[in-house]
Amino acid sequence: MIPQAIQAFWPFGIFIFMLIVIGFYCILTTFNLIRALIGLELLLKAVTLLIVLAGYITNHSALTQALVITFIVVEVVVMTVAVGVVLGIRSHNNSLDLRKMKNIKG
Amino acid sequence: MFLLFILLPLFSLIVLNLPFRAMMKKAAFWWLLVLLALQVYLAIGYVFGFFGFDLNAPIYPLSFSLNVDNFGCVALLSTAVVLGAVLLAAKYIIKEEEKLFNFISLLFIILAGSNGLALTTDIFSLYIFIEITTVASFILISFDKEKLVLEAVFKYIILSAVATVLMLLSIALFLLVSGKTDFSAIHAVLINSPHSLIVMFATGVFICALFIKGGLMPFHGWLPDVYSSAPAPVSALLAGIITKLVGIFTLMRLLVSVVNFDNPIRQVILFVGALSVVAGALAAAGQSDFKRMLAYSSISQVGYIVLGLGAGNALGIMGALFHLFNHSVFKSSLFINSAAIELQAGTRDMNKLGGLSAKMPVTSTTCLISSLSTAGMPPLAGFWSKLIIVLALWASGNYGYAALAVIAGILTLAYFISMQRRVFFGNIKEEFAGIKEPGFGLLLPACLLSAITIGLGLVFPFCLKLLKF
Amino acid sequence: MLITLDIVILILMILAALWAVMTRSLLRSGIALALTSAILSVLMFKLNAPLAAVFELSVCTGLISVLFISTISLTQPLSYEEIIKHMKDRFRRFRYLPVIVILAGIGLSFVKVRPNLILPPPETETNVRNILWNFRSLDMVGQVIVLLCGVFGVVILFKERVKK
Repeated sequence: MIPQAIQAFWPFGIFIFMLIVIGFYCILTTFNLIRALIGLELLLKAVTLLIVLAGYITNHSALTQALVITFIVVEVVVMTVAVGVVLGIRSHNNSLDLRKMKNIKG
Repeated sequence: MFLLFILLPLFSLIVLNLPFRAMMKKAAFWWLLVLLALQVYLAIGYVFGFFGFDLNAPIYPLSFSLNVDNFGCVALLSTAVVLGAVLLAAKYIIKEEEKLFNFISLLFIILAGSNGLALTTDIFSLYIFIEITTVASFILISFDKEKLVLEAVFKYIILSAVATVLMLLSIALFLLVSGKTDFSAIHAVLINSPHSLIVMFATGVFICALFIKGGLMPFHGWLPDVYSSAPAPVSALLAGIITKLVGIFTLMRLLVSVVNFDNPIRQVILFVGALSVVAGALAAAGQSDFKRMLAYSSISQVGYIVLGLGAGNALGIMGALFHLFNHSVFKSSLFINSAAIELQAGTRDMNKLGGLSAKMPVTSTTCLISSLSTAGMPPLAGFWSKLIIVLALWASGNYGYAALAVIAGILTLAYFISMQRRVFFGNIKEEFAGIKEPGFGLLLPACLLSAITIGLGLVFPFCLKLLKF
Repeated sequence: MLITLDIVILILMILAALWAVMTRSLLRSGIALALTSAILSVLMFKLNAPLAAVFELSVCTGLISVLFISTISLTQPLSYEEIIKHMKDRFRRFRYLPVIVILAGIGLSFVKVRPNLILPPPETETNVRNILWNFRSLDMVGQVIVLLCGVFGVVILFKERVKK
């Protein structure tokens, strides 16, 4: 199991890195608040995959499944609060455009 | 036994939100005060060894990975003090009962989260309690749903979630290397580690994530906007415990118990600390908004704590812990004073205010005491903690950083005295001629916190013998 | 590098993520995010983590997508000139993304780093339910606190503002 697991590590690692790059690019170059949240979701999914992969390689998949279940619960709550804040911004500005929010400095 | 620190706020929250809400709303305030007083008593008692029985004895058949040591007690004590002050201030400022009840419920959640953060011995549970505290602070900051606040909170959410992603990346790499998430298990593997590339990468990424969450330069982008536009008691809560526990206390735990604390990490931490101290002080000197100046001053003081950590010897760590507690006390007092000024005078612009000390003597005195303690004036408590940090830097051979700390202390004194002169002394303007002191509810926490500052400063040389460090 | 089933599924996931970022309509972006979650769940099932895969499928694909799509349906559509201007601007901004991603992928696959990894011993407890409830009970307490916090967040943040 062990040499096969290490050989499986490298392609998975490359794809996780690509997913992280996509997530960061989305947050940095979008002008829409909800698309920034979608980019954030992609980053969180990449990290979920990395934790499960670490469990597969070291043969500790039960522990990592427990960690991933807890993390998914926390991720849902963070996303709910973020969507609540976005709805609050929308009810003030009546649009979801980042350029119209003049108070963000840098 | 210390599990009760986490479970009692949780059960109180559930019980208080059941039916019979009319009675519960009045009971909530007093019950939270009782819990906080109990926490202060237990924390001080553990450090000075008052108790005969062992508080760590496991009672339940399930195993909870909690342990209390001296680090945890300092965090518990400062949490209880700051939450008490914020609770008293919030009862005065928020007038509607329904909103006050929601506020107190969220304070219960922050109490449970901060206690869990201080007491845990497992790196993933540490992450879960960091997230609890952070999410509760998101909701507290956007309590009033003003326009400026929501935009600042959105930036904070994105940056905090990016820091979360980095933290979990390094936790996954630690899992790959050691197979468990316990502090001692990871420490045992990291001490003698032949696979140093993965370990160094994971450690570096974790420390970057903690710098983002703690608001140090150059990752401080969210901090001034959030501190200056949050409602007044929430700013005191954020500056007092949340940013420091989530960022800097976790860093302390990581460096002392988990990671091999050798020279490259030490150099990075010293550099970031020095950068925060100097840049925060310079930025604070040029502000005209009172709360924004206090926000930059917070960045500077947290840089001092990190400098103390970077010194690397036991004296430095003790200085860092003491400065963490001191900063909670005096920064909360300063934010409560700014709340009093904003409530009575209606503005936070320091160029428009002037000469308030004749009409608001108590606020002016407490503000002066807290400012002098921040700048490090003897015999207040801030002097001792800064002295210990400078001595620790000198003793470990970083003479340049020690000199920088002293110079930045003089700069801190300069901008605080300038603020005091602009706001409180001088001639009073016509439109503020009719203001008076705020009510008893806002004066009481400010006076209590100033009394703690003075008392600790006078008593500290004597109680040095009693501490078990 | 063998073209195994794993690599095909990974490429599909990256394509779904790219579609989520680069498409103009927010509704399709939300659906693409749900698709990414579903493919991720299949991957986790192949990586020996069936319970986590089921959890991810039900919670992330279901709940978060419902949340996003209900938020997106509250926005107003843009007018016609704004759409044309917006599309030109978008193309200029986002055209670099697939190029960067493919180049990063190909470049990294040629890097031959040998991580000399000494693996820890395999675990003794293999029952996830046992671990979750007995060994990581503090995490369960944390989950309860976080869910209560989420409930308070929904109550405070989602209430409509009283018009002044």
